Amino acid sequence: MSKRKPKRWMIDLKVNGEEYEADIHASDLLLHVLREKLGLTGAKPGCLNGDCGACTVIMNGKPMKSCLVLAIEAVGTDILTIEGLIHSPIQKAFIEHFAFQCGYCTPGFIMNCQALLSQHPDPDLETIKQWLSSNICRCTSYQEIEKAVTSVLKQGGNE
Amino acid sequence: MISYDFDYYKPTSIKEAAELHQRLVSEGRKPKFFSGGTEIITLGRLNLIYTDAIIDIKGIPECKRWGFEKNELIAGAALSLSLLEEEPHFPLLKQTASEVADYTSRNKITLGGNVCGQVFYREAVLPFLLAESDVIVGGRKGVRRVPIRTMFHQELTLEPGEFLVQIITEEAYIDAPFLSVKKRQQWETGYPLITVASLKKDNFLRFAFSGVCAFPFRSDEMEQVLNDATMTYEDRVLKSFNYLPKPILNDVEGSDEYRLFVLKNTLVDFLKHFESGGVHE
Ligand SMILES: Cc1cc2nc3c(=O)[nH]c(=O)nc-3n(C[C@H](O)[C@H](O)[C@H](O)COP(=O)(O)OP(=O)(O)OC[C@H]3O[C@@H](n4cnc5c(N)ncnc54)[C@H](O)[C@@H]3O)c2cc1C
Ligand code: FES
Ligand code: FES
Repeated sequence: MSKRKPKRWMIDLKVNGEEYEADIHASDLLLHVLREKLGLTGAKPGCLNGDCGACTVIMNGKPMKSCLVLAIEAVGTDILTIEGLIHSPIQKAFIEHFAFQCGYCTPGFIMNCQALLSQHPDPDLETIKQWLSSNICRCTSYQEIEKAVTSVLKQGGNE
Repeated sequence: MISYDFDYYKPTSIKEAAELHQRLVSEGRKPKFFSGGTEIITLGRLNLIYTDAIIDIKGIPECKRWGFEKNELIAGAALSLSLLEEEPHFPLLKQTASEVADYTSRNKITLGGNVCGQVFYREAVLPFLLAESDVIVGGRKGVRRVPIRTMFHQELTLEPGEFLVQIITEEAYIDAPFLSVKKRQQWETGYPLITVASLKKDNFLRFAFSGVCAFPFRSDEMEQVLNDATMTYEDRVLKSFNYLPKPILNDVEGSDEYRLFVLKNTLVDFLKHFESGGVHE
């Protein structure tokens, strides 16, 4: 194994419409850079293995598990985290339909729903199921989450 | 958190990537090609993969190619699995790829990473084994085109420093009747108990499997028996089991006996499906 020390990087990230600079290692996960370098703690660390979806953010319009992304890969992309959503229809629907208990999975679910509604304003049930099965809720609020998503669809989708 | 650091390179041509790999090796480094990166990241976190330099192939245009050229479908190694569903040029590939992991993860997992990965299911390779596709690999000697069945023996047998650039499939296979079924022990996402994919060409059924053994495979001997219409469906399937590679997987997803039980029923269903004419056209 070589002793050479890999270099550090100063990167620019565009998150929630704002430009941030961060001093990182190439091996740093986007999840950790968002939380620890940018102070955006909405994306949650869960399994760190791609299984639970608690860390989901939106990158270039698509849901991404930020524990599966290196921060350096995210340079030049448009990132949206839960902090970038304010009183969005899907957030309100989660509150109105009690779609959480402990709330740990909630930012990940909301970001996934937000991406779903922006990519598929009128998704069929199969598409909703396919997208939402990327996230796990340990408190099993699944029925309420489904109600929240379908209620936003009935209101004419996502503004 | 990955407990070690590495250098990051994002070459923009096959030649640059191959030369970079060669240079890093000559300097005593341990470079790895990085496509979706999900395996390098998750196994890296568990110290089950080590690298001190990653070469991200997502900046190489050939690795992102997805479309037809002269009666052939070109699929770049760095395409995300979700793109193969959303721009579905190859229905069997769409079906098989859309069963890997879950939708959000498929936005990051790539075709090349799935085919070349250490996680042994490598389900996305099944359609290409059935369609006798060719692989384009890049390395220090340049680019070569090889039939996938010559190069894929349990895994893609790349030479040191080579990487998968594209997989090329003749148009004639794209619309052939097919069936692809993934059986899981529970839930609707995640690793398979078994995955069986089949494609009908010239009235002959081809079969490829993942999750039966610790590697995906296609077996000519099994196909001969499974196509022998002089026997009942069940006899054909049981006789074909004489040609299964060994050992059958016996792990947390299911015991070897359970796998064979599910495989038998699945193959009988496949034969019924195709021979009763209910095929995907
Ligand atoms: C949540 C989750 C669920 C999963 N479920 C499934 C499943 O149901 N079925 C299944 O089959 N797999 C599944 N996997 C495994 C996944 O498909 C593999 O780990 C795959 O390797 C990931 O692809 P990647 O593009 O992220 O790979 P990377 O991490 O980029 O690469 C994986 C390996 O392949 C090498 N490599 C990558 N690209 C190339 C190339 N072009 N040429 C040569 N070598 C290359 C890398 O050096 C590395 O060693 C799952 C993974 C996750 C995270
Ligand atoms: S923490 Fe990223 S998927 Fe679980
Ligand atoms: S509300 Fe507790 S994990 Fe989902």
